[in-house]
Amino acid sequence: MDTEAIIKELNGRFSTDITETVKRNDKRYDVTINPSSIVQITEFLYKEAGCRFIIASALHTKKGFEIHYHFSKDETGLVLNIHVILSQENPRIESLSNIFNASNWIEREIHELFGIDFVNHPNMEKLLSDGNWPEGVYPYRKEFK
Amino acid sequence: MKNMSNKFLIPVGPYHPLQEEPELFKLYCDGEIVKDIKWETGYNHRGIEKLAESKTYDQVFFLVERICGICSTSHPFAFANTVEEICGVEIPNRAKYIRSIIAELERIHSHLLWVGLAGHFLGYNTLFMWAWKYREPVLDLFEMITGNRNSYAMFKVGGVRRDIEESKINAIRKVLSVVKKKTELLTGAVMDDPVIHARTKGVGVLTKEDVIDFGAVGPTARASGVAMDVRRDDPYAAYPLVNWKVITAETGDVFAKAQVRLLEISESISIIEQCLDGLKKEKEGDIELKIKNIPEGIGTGRAEAPRGEVFHCVFSDGSNSPARHKIRAPSYMNIATFKKSCIGQSISDAILTLAAVDPCYCCTERLAVAYDITSGNKIMNGEEIIKASAQKTRDIMKKLG
Repeated sequence: MDTEAIIKELNGRFSTDITETVKRNDKRYDVTINPSSIVQITEFLYKEAGCRFIIASALHTKKGFEIHYHFSKDETGLVLNIHVILSQENPRIESLSNIFNASNWIEREIHELFGIDFVNHPNMEKLLSDGNWPEGVYPYRKEFK
Repeated sequence: MKNMSNKFLIPVGPYHPLQEEPELFKLYCDGEIVKDIKWETGYNHRGIEKLAESKTYDQVFFLVERICGICSTSHPFAFANTVEEICGVEIPNRAKYIRSIIAELERIHSHLLWVGLAGHFLGYNTLFMWAWKYREPVLDLFEMITGNRNSYAMFKVGGVRRDIEESKINAIRKVLSVVKKKTELLTGAVMDDPVIHARTKGVGVLTKEDVIDFGAVGPTARASGVAMDVRRDDPYAAYPLVNWKVITAETGDVFAKAQVRLLEISESISIIEQCLDGLKKEKEGDIELKIKNIPEGIGTGRAEAPRGEVFHCVFSDGSNSPARHKIRAPSYMNIATFKKSCIGQSISDAILTLAAVDPCYCCTERLAVAYDITSGNKIMNGEEIIKASAQKTRDIMKKLG
C-alpha cells in the first residue's frame, strides 16, 4: 500500500471515527481519531497496511491529555501520527501492547510520567522509577512544579 | 542467587564490570540456561525531555547532543530535521554534505568501538585493541574538523556551524584510506575466524517476526533481513545525492550483526568520499540559512544513528522553545528484544547477545547533565540518587537472600 492508498482506506473504513486529517507534506500526515477506535485503527495499520510503530508522544495541554501514536511506512517514508485527546479528569485508553510488543515500554513510561491509564496492558509495572518516586505524582503534568 | 522453583537468578548490574553504565538485568536461569530475563532501569533518568521545554531551539542542540557521548551527532541531526520540517525549509547543499560527513564519520567510530567491545566480550583482546587503534584517527579527524573529539557542536537550525575548508579535504582522504585498508583487514579477520564463527553463529537469533513485533531498528533489524534504513526510506541531508547501499543479513544471530556493522563501515567511507567530491562543487561558506522564527506546528524528524533510527517529535507553539519535545533513541526499541534473543541461551552467550544490539542506556533514558526531573530539585539530588541506587541494590540483595 502506498501513502495515498493508506490514507484513503483509513478515511473510508473508519470515517465515523476520524475527526480530522491533516496533510503537512507528502510524507507527513496527522489523523485525529476517536480514542475508542485506537485498537481497530492500529490493527489495520500494523497488520494490513504494513506500518511499523515508532513510538507514542504524550503531552498535557488545555484540551486534556493528548497522545500522538507515530507509525512509519518504511517503503514510502511516510510518518503517520494518530492523534487522540483524552479527558483531563480520567485519562485512559486501550493498550496497544496486545497487538505488538513495541508499545510495551512506552505505555509504561507514559503511565509513570503522565498518569494515563492503559487498559489491559499485560505488564503495567514501573519502567523508570521503581522504588524511588512517590505514588500519584506525575512529573510531566503541567501542574507539577 | 536465590533458588526459585529450580531456577537461579543471576543479577547483572546495576554496577557490573561488564557494563559501562548502570543497568540491572535479572537473568532467571535453570542450570546454565537462561529461562527468563527482566530489566530494570531508571538509574540514569534525568528528564531531558522536560529540560528541553525550558531551553531555546538553539540551546536544545547542545542539550540533545549530550544525550549520548558515542553517537553525539545523531540526536542533533534528528532534531535539526524535525525543526526544519516545521519551518518547511531546505538547507544549502554544502551544509547537507557536511552533515552527512559528520554522521558517517560517527558511524565508523561507533561501529569500530562496538567491534572492539565484542572482541573484548569474546576474550579477544587483540581485536579490541586493534579496532580501537583505528578508531583513534577518526576521532582525530573530528578534532580537526570540529574542534572536538566528541560532542561536535556542528548542527544548528538551517545548516551547520563550521565549514570544511578545501585544505582539510586531502587530510581527511588520507586518514580514510588508512582506515579503509585496516577495516578491510579487520573484516576479513573476523569473518574468517573459526572460533568467532563457533561462538557467534546461531547465537542470540532474532527472527524477522520478532523484529517487526518489537519495532527493532538499525543493524539489529537489518541483521534479521528487515531492509530498513531511514537514510534511504525517508531521505535527508546528502544521502539522496550519493550512491550507497543498505547492508542486510538474513540469519539474525550475533555473527550477522557483526557482519552488518563491519560492512557498513566500508559503505560509510564510500559515502564520505562522495560527499567530499560534492563539497568541491559547492561554494565555500554557503553553510546555513538564516531562520528567525519557528512557526507553530508539529515536526516529526528522523535520522539513522549507528544503532538505528532516532526519532524526535517537537510540538511548537510559535515561541522560541519547544512546547513538548519527545525523543526516541534506537536502543529503546532494541533492548526490549532481549526477551526473545536471550531466552534459551547459556549465560555466557546471553551476555554476548546483550552486547550484540550495541545497547546505549544513556540514550534509552535520555540522560545528560544532571538529575533534573523536578527542576525544583524536590525529590533528589545527585548524591541521593546514588544512595537510592545503592539502597535498591541492597534491597534486591536482601530480597534474594
